[in-house]
Formats: sequence, C-alpha cells, structure tokens
Amino acid sequence: MNDILIKILKIIGIVVISPLVGGFLSGLDRKISARLQGRKGPSILQPFYDVRKLLQKEQIRVNSAYRFYVYLSLLFIIFTVVLIIMGGDLLLAIFVLTIGSLMFVLGGYASSSPYSNIGSERELLQMMAYEPCVLLVAIGLYYQSGSFFVKDIIAQDKPAIIYLPAIFLAFVYILTFKLRKSPFDLSMSHHGHQEIVKGITTEFSGEDLAIIEITHWYETIMALSFVYIFVAFSSPISHLYAVLACFAAFILEIIIDNACARVTWKTALSSAWGVTFFFGAANLIVLSLLSKF
Amino acid sequence: MNYIQKSPWILHYDGSSCNGCDIEVLACLTPIYDVERFGIINTGNPKHADILLITGAVNEQNINVVKQLYDQMPNPKMVVAIGICACSGGIFSECYNVIGGVDKAIPVDVYVPGCAARPESIISGVVKALGLLEEKIAKKAS
Ligand code: SF4
Repeated sequence: MNDILIKILKIIGIVVISPLVGGFLSGLDRKISARLQGRKGPSILQPFYDVRKLLQKEQIRVNSAYRFYVYLSLLFIIFTVVLIIMGGDLLLAIFVLTIGSLMFVLGGYASSSPYSNIGSERELLQMMAYEPCVLLVAIGLYYQSGSFFVKDIIAQDKPAIIYLPAIFLAFVYILTFKLRKSPFDLSMSHHGHQEIVKGITTEFSGEDLAIIEITHWYETIMALSFVYIFVAFSSPISHLYAVLACFAAFILEIIIDNACARVTWKTALSSAWGVTFFFGAANLIVLSLLSKF
Repeated sequence: MNYIQKSPWILHYDGSSCNGCDIEVLACLTPIYDVERFGIINTGNPKHADILLITGAVNEQNINVVKQLYDQMPNPKMVVAIGICACSGGIFSECYNVIGGVDKAIPVDVYVPGCAARPESIISGVVKALGLLEEKIAKKAS
C-alpha cells in the first residue's frame, strides 16, 4: 500500500517538477543566446511569463479539431517522461514519444494553413532523421546491459557511455533536432527567426500555444534524460555527474544553435542518417568483437 | 492583471513607409537597444502577437491587409503607429492613392511621431501602449 502511495507521489512530482526545470532551462537558453549575441537578454523566468500571458489571451480557432491533437501530444510526452524517469521500459518510451510527436504533426496538418502544412511536412522529415538514432540508442543500451529497463541500465557497475561512446555522440548529434535548435530547426524554430512564419504552430494561439510551449519543456527534459542514462551508473556520485553531463549537453546545443545557420532538409536527413549508421554500426561492431574476448 | 506587460509580442507591418521607420523598428532588436530584455519578441505572426506596430500610411492597396491583420490578432491587443506617415500620412498624405494615417483603417492606441521615429521613442511608445492596455482591461473589468 505504502509502495503504491510513494509511486503515485513520485509520478506527481515528476509531472510537476519537470516542466518547471524545462521552463527554467528554456529561459537560460534565451539568456545565454542573448549574451552570445552581445545582448542583455530577457529574464530567466521569461518563458513562464510568456506562458502565463498565453493562457489568458483570447483563442482564435480555425476549426474545432486541431487543438485536440496538441493536448494528446502533451499527454503522450508526459507519459514518456514519467516512464523514463521512473526507470521504465526505454523501448516503450521511445514508441510513445513517437506517437506524441506524430500527434503534434497531425495538429499542424489539421489547422490547414499552408505554413503549418509545410511545418508538418518538415517535422515528419525531421522525425525520419532522428528516429533511427533513438532506436539505435535503445538497441545499443540493450546490447550492452541486457535490459530495456532504465533502472537496470543505470544500476550497472560501469556507465553505459564507456561501452557506447560513438552511439552517445550520434545521440548528441540528433539532440539538436529534439531541442529544435539550428541547424536543424526546420519545422519551427524556438527563437524569433523563421521563414515559414512559425511552422506548425502558425495557427495556434492563446492556450493552445501555451500547451505547445509546455510540451516542449517536457520534451527538453525527456531528451536530456537520455544523456543521463548514458552517464549514470551504480555509484551514487555518478548521478551528480549525469546531471552535469545533461547540463553540458544543453549548453553545447545552445552554442551550436547560435553558431550555425539552418540547413536544408536533405542535408539534415542525410547527415543525421550518415552519423547514425556510421557511429552506430561502428560502435555495435566493436562492442560485439570485444565481447568475444 | 498586467500579464502582457512581461511578454508583449510584436507584429510589425510595413504599410507604405519609405523603410526609414522599418529600419528603426528593427534597430530596436539589435544589441544596442535589445527589446528582448523586456520579453518583447518580433513574432511575424498575427495570431501570436499582442501589439501591432505599423509604419507608413494606409493606401487603397493595403487597407484591407491592415484590417485583416488586426482582425487576426487575439484580444487583448494594441496598435502603435510608428512615424509621422503612420500617424497622419506625413509627406505622402497628398499622394493620390494614400488614404491617410493608420487610424483611417483600425483604431490606433499610441501615436509615435518622428521622421523617422527613433528607437527610443518606439520603445517608449510600446511601453505606453502596455500602460494603456492595463487601463483598458481595468475599465472592462469594472
Ligand atoms: S515617417 Fe519618415 S522615415 Fe518614417 S516612413 Fe514616413 S517618411 Fe519614412
């Protein structure tokens, strides 16, 4: 009985705390980006101000269906985050995450504006680009640890990154897609620059846009938790290192974002697949050779 | 509630301006003025915007566009006319196709005169609009 209660409390904690951390990271991102561009930048709490404003604005609806998908997307992403942080099945988490992303794309298509349609198409291409790598991460972790469960993977004697350094690098490469950073922010960029207005989110206003923003906060946590899984192992101090590694990865992404221009979808797709298959295959082959001895 | 005051998102529309005022509006985003420190973002999407900045006069060609943009913005919203052209037509007011200032098409809340309006006065115009917005909301509530 007590076990269940603790579990429920934990889940509530994750659902509440992860968007707060995600929003804070998003504010940090804007601050650091501004400093990199020689500006003062907004307050760290700016994303929260934005969301609070959006929640109170009028909503303009283009039809009755398209908002539904955004809420579904949020639900699936929350489910993914809870699943990963509770130490659940990585493979299940990845597939649910895919459904969540697809819901978002459907929302873009359903709002039937040319901008959001282009955004949705690009989002699909982006998913095609990063999905193989995410799967490969799961395969690699399973190959190395013998389990798809996060709690087993982070309870090993050695961190997974020692065995899977190349797969980790490939994952950092596609992290740029997940965090919607240049050079791979094709479908909707997180900052003010955009050539297809605002991509998928063009027709969303008020509350719906706030939900999309919150979904992105969860997504950030979800994406960084993969970095965590690679670094954490059985020793307690390693969890601190893992958090630091997540932070370092996030800062790296911000710097890449500010240093790169957006690429075409062809470059994005071929480079992501190239990196995934080269690093992934190399890593798995070396690992299987090593395990023979 | 002054919830917009912390994150006013802006839509910038160029009526028939000579581009002088547009450059000044964009100058507000540069490191020297950096309006993003107030949470101001240049959205480029009427559905996300709170404040409409218009430079240049309204003419026969763009009057419907201006009205459309205004209608597409979710409430509460504000309109700031930037530059003397947007206020009254300015030096273009005599032209055969020019109707006049932006207030001929949509209600304008703040007029920022100047040819071209300086970034400082544009920022102060936006800040004034935010103050007026609060009054507007308070009046509606009471
Ligand atoms: S006010 Fe002056 S600078 Fe601004 S658009 Fe008119 S003519 Fe150009």
